[in-house]
Amino acid sequence: MSYKVTDEGNISTVFLNGEIDMDVTEKAKEVILPIVESGKEVHLNLKDVSYMDSSGISVLIESHQKALEKNTKVVIKEVSKSVLKVIMMAKLEQILNLE
Amino acid sequence: MNLSESKDFVVSTSSLKDVRVFCREIFEKINLPQEQKDELVLAIAEAAQNIVKHGYKGVEETADRMEIKISLKDKDLEIGFFDKGKAVVPENVKHRKLDDIKPGGLGTFFIKQIMDNAVFKKDQSGWVNHLILTKKI
Repeated sequence: MSYKVTDEGNISTVFLNGEIDMDVTEKAKEVILPIVESGKEVHLNLKDVSYMDSSGISVLIESHQKALEKNTKVVIKEVSKSVLKVIMMAKLEQILNLE
Repeated sequence: MNLSESKDFVVSTSSLKDVRVFCREIFEKINLPQEQKDELVLAIAEAAQNIVKHGYKGVEETADRMEIKISLKDKDLEIGFFDKGKAVVPENVKHRKLDDIKPGGLGTFFIKQIMDNAVFKKDQSGWVNHLILTKKI
């Protein structure tokens, strides 16, 4: 997994790339959670994430819940078809902010 | 089509990608919709992850290996997982309730959603756990 972060005003966009599994979830959390903790709105762009397992879904849930605590939000953008299927399998499409 | 292939992997999160590569290479030989292949890869990877995460919980590093065997006989797909981790108590293998939104507890749910059956077999030879996932494809 690789990533890129861009900032514009109070919004940070995190572009994740590759496959998100248990081996890289700590790295993903290290990127995303500090931004959420800072109170910024986070846009997670998943267009280049070709695979995500339950560990990756846990990162999305943890980020979402942390954002609620901080009165901000995590918006999931351009989710790939394969990842959307896993999100839907977990019945989270109404819980997470998907755009 | 009939086939049977197995491969062993070091019990480590870093092996999960290799597990997926192994599965994808095998499913390339099978005439299935890509979406179904992706689901099967997810189920297998989740089961392998469970070995690393739960079977070796608290173990920083191990030289132990786990074996995955994929067999197809006509339309019956069977995937065997062999490991030497902590003995699994099948009754304790449960996924979290879906409406209890929190990180974790989804891997087993995904496996049950994707596969027809998941059973732990007792007659392993030299292994501690032998999980069998089956699906009619």
